[in-house]
Amino acid sequence: MKLSIEVNGDRHDIDVDPETPLLWVLRDELRLTGTKYGCGVAQCGACTVHVDGRPRRACVAPVRSVVDKRVTTIEGVSGPTADAVRKAWVSIDVPQCGYCQSGQIMSAVALLTKIRRPSDEDIDHAMSGNICRCATYIRIRRAIHQAAGDAE
Amino acid sequence: MKSFSRNLWAATSLCVAIGLGCVVSCQRSRPPTSEPTWLPADRGLRSVADFAVISDDDERSRALFLEVAKVLQHDRCVNCHPAGERPLQRSGEPHQPLVVRGEDGFGAPGLGCDTCHGESSYLNMPGSPHWHLAPLEMAWEGKSARAICQQIQDPQRNGGKSPAELAQHMTHDELVAYGWAPPEQLEPAPGNQRLLGQLFQAWLDSGAVCPE
Repeated sequence: MKLSIEVNGDRHDIDVDPETPLLWVLRDELRLTGTKYGCGVAQCGACTVHVDGRPRRACVAPVRSVVDKRVTTIEGVSGPTADAVRKAWVSIDVPQCGYCQSGQIMSAVALLTKIRRPSDEDIDHAMSGNICRCATYIRIRRAIHQAAGDAE
Repeated sequence: MKSFSRNLWAATSLCVAIGLGCVVSCQRSRPPTSEPTWLPADRGLRSVADFAVISDDDERSRALFLEVAKVLQHDRCVNCHPAGERPLQRSGEPHQPLVVRGEDGFGAPGLGCDTCHGESSYLNMPGSPHWHLAPLEMAWEGKSARAICQQIQDPQRNGGKSPAELAQHMTHDELVAYGWAPPEQLEPAPGNQRLLGQLFQAWLDSGAVCPE
């Protein structure tokens, strides 16, 4: 079935089953492989993207659900908050293996968009759905605090 | 928008209620007979017609609520009526990952319910429009049928709905409907939504007496 979706500001006409997970479309159809497949059941957060500015696990979102909405992936996230997060991530050298980090960053940007100066508790509650096998959680928290300061 | 949605939940939650004044003044209907309009029993939920053999009004009313409570106390409903700050899942275990109700019942900023729960169930993921937790005052977790019956008749905990609005809610609300449309790995609530609506209306009509 032919569908038209907007990803990172670009419109894409695709021919897929509308029940296909958005994650498959991003990675296999549009070749936007920055968004990762981790668990496939919304338990790890590696596939986090933004839909109309809100975080969404792309593995449990049928592509039909994003028609007429704006999808943003790690390749397209931008603006002062995203810039501050990127700078903090590099400065603190947050990633270890890096596999989960695009999801971590998308969740961090979503949090900082909602709360400009999050507390540790705010961070824990917003980031608890993004797991990291390398256990970079302490650096992630530091980076979010640093980005919050830089974004102001 | 969130405030509206919260109010909508309060107004349309499964926490159905009637005003106490109405309990006193409502005329009781005659015991139900085998009217052809009663829906048949379905998957563990009895038909209203099955209660016609109970001639005592109070006894029949109590029995009807206990039947309604089979749905209200089911995991599909109780999991999002938790007594604490976290929802439950599956057969009542803590939700994984850790999520919290947040200020409005729609989750924490940055990790709202809609991060994972879409407008309908999809693959393993439960879903329904406006997916969120019931307010704390509407918690059902760990409560008896009697306690829930009393709770939903308390204007402070029922969203202020009229009996007609409550019956409408039971029969048509989309979030209530989810109880019978979970993903494959989860057990649906007993019966079906229309049958629940009939049982609830029959309970109202019989005087809305709470079980012991």
